[in-house]
Amino acid sequence: MGKVLMKGNEAIGEAAIRAGCLNYFAYPITPQSEVAEYLSRRMPEAGGVFLQGESEVAVSYMIFGAAACGERVFTTSSSPGVSLMSEGISYISAAECPAVFINIMRGGPGLGGILPSQADYFQSVKGGGHGDYHLLVMAPAGVQEAVEMVMSAFPLAEKYRNPVMILGDGLIGQMMEPVEFPDHLKSEPSDKNAWATNGIASRKGGQRNLVKSLYLDPEELNAHNMKLRDKYERMAEDEVRYEAYNADGDFEVLIVSYGTMSRVCRTAVDELKSQGFEAALIRPQTLFPFPGVPIKEAAARPGCRGVISVEMSMGQIVEDVERAVAGIKPVHWYGKCGGEVPTPEEIVEVVRNLK
Amino acid sequence: MGVAFKKPEALSDRHTHYCPGCTHGVIHRLIAEVIDELEIRERTVGIAPVGCAVMAYNYFNTDFQEAAHGRAPAMATGIKRVRPDLMVFTYQGDGDLASIGMGEIIHAANRGEKYTAIFVNNAVYGMTGGQMAPTTMPDQRTTTSPFGRNTTDVGMPMRMVELLGQLTTPAYVTRQSVLKPKHIIKAKKAIKKAFTYQLENRCFTFVEVVSTCPTNWGMTPVDAIKWAEQTMLPYYQLGDVKVPEDN
Repeated sequence: MGKVLMKGNEAIGEAAIRAGCLNYFAYPITPQSEVAEYLSRRMPEAGGVFLQGESEVAVSYMIFGAAACGERVFTTSSSPGVSLMSEGISYISAAECPAVFINIMRGGPGLGGILPSQADYFQSVKGGGHGDYHLLVMAPAGVQEAVEMVMSAFPLAEKYRNPVMILGDGLIGQMMEPVEFPDHLKSEPSDKNAWATNGIASRKGGQRNLVKSLYLDPEELNAHNMKLRDKYERMAEDEVRYEAYNADGDFEVLIVSYGTMSRVCRTAVDELKSQGFEAALIRPQTLFPFPGVPIKEAAARPGCRGVISVEMSMGQIVEDVERAVAGIKPVHWYGKCGGEVPTPEEIVEVVRNLK
Repeated sequence: MGVAFKKPEALSDRHTHYCPGCTHGVIHRLIAEVIDELEIRERTVGIAPVGCAVMAYNYFNTDFQEAAHGRAPAMATGIKRVRPDLMVFTYQGDGDLASIGMGEIIHAANRGEKYTAIFVNNAVYGMTGGQMAPTTMPDQRTTTSPFGRNTTDVGMPMRMVELLGQLTTPAYVTRQSVLKPKHIIKAKKAIKKAFTYQLENRCFTFVEVVSTCPTNWGMTPVDAIKWAEQTMLPYYQLGDVKVPEDN
């Protein structure tokens, strides 16, 4: 299949089907409702399950029930909806079930607005629900990358038996770009009989499976949390993904930015270069695990005077950048969070004027 | 000589953590007997609530999932939609189902989700220590209604069977109890009917079981049964409220 022109939200829905996920539960919310609208037609055609739940809270538990049977399942929502799903996400993480959640972020807090934002970084990366857990969080910078991340999310969720979050800003959902659905990203579900509640009859030996998150014994709960921690460390070892741009030669300033915002920063890097000013860009593709090591190495380069995080939020990812840079160079922040995307001109100006 | 009476295969050998005089054990057994009789143990998934029955998974010999407070109907929906061949039952108390889980149960019933809900109503929050539930009787004293449930302040007890029974979607909705042997025999028949409707992929099935909580009511088991008969049964009347039409 060649390239087709698709809206991000529709491409995300199609990517899940192409990845072999035929179960989708969701609740409408702007700016991602087109995923549900698209799949309400497409899922029955593909022989899959589409169900509109009564709330995001309920949807997160429909996902839990289906995921605990070992079936591939996913949902999409936007910021306020993801807050409601965060309860279920905590339980699913605790019970170690694979599932995929997609957040097409809008402005917050509260109802905020319906325009693009990146203000759910903390919620996604630091845990929006209660308890010590992490999601594997990927952030696409375009529709094609969103498709590829959705398709790779299912085997990753199964590999770690952990929810995967695709964190896209509203622009990723709303813009149209040419996309193709790569065959090499199709995958078969992994073996689930050791843990899934898919009926005793489905496994030899007749053992029964239990999916739960309650550990009343303090030693048992601590051991469970240590096991989860080991898993997050394995992710940090094996799953960090990032893209570096104009970072091979000497540069004065290192920009860190993800998602749609990083594309604007890339344009700014080109513009700066034409003015004779060298800036490098590191774009985290995974937000958890965070590419702290390459950011630190780039910041440590002799010519680099400082680092700036450019984000559509009021200073969230900048905290992880500071942690990575660990004081070796000054770290700055620039951002907007009302729905406007900072322009290349603004970024050029800010970068040139960094102290 | 043949075996005249034995533990159902669907029950495990574990001793329960339930208090003396608690009716959860009887209800567990009825469900397990029905699962055995219908020969569905190896394709059954139970869903435990938050509440006293949170550890019900220790006592049933089937696959089990553990829900968050009130969310069991959504989990049952998730399972039945992606694996309609599995037999699914939820086991929820009155705080779980009628308070925090009200939205989930009404919508699962209204969609006609084809699983079996067992709703144990003992008019009180058990596990958290005897607080007032939506089902607590007028003037009933609990740890959060120390002067008795004041109905002008917090309303009358909610009748879930009547509430769900008025939905238009076909369903089997019934209220039973396990206070007396005659009630237990009827409750077993209702549970079996509910599981059979599910097996036939007919409709949503809901069995409320009026029960006792001697510990949190501060009564002996015998007095608790008397109180439930005298106070609860006139308000929570037993019987089918809704059956699928072509029955």
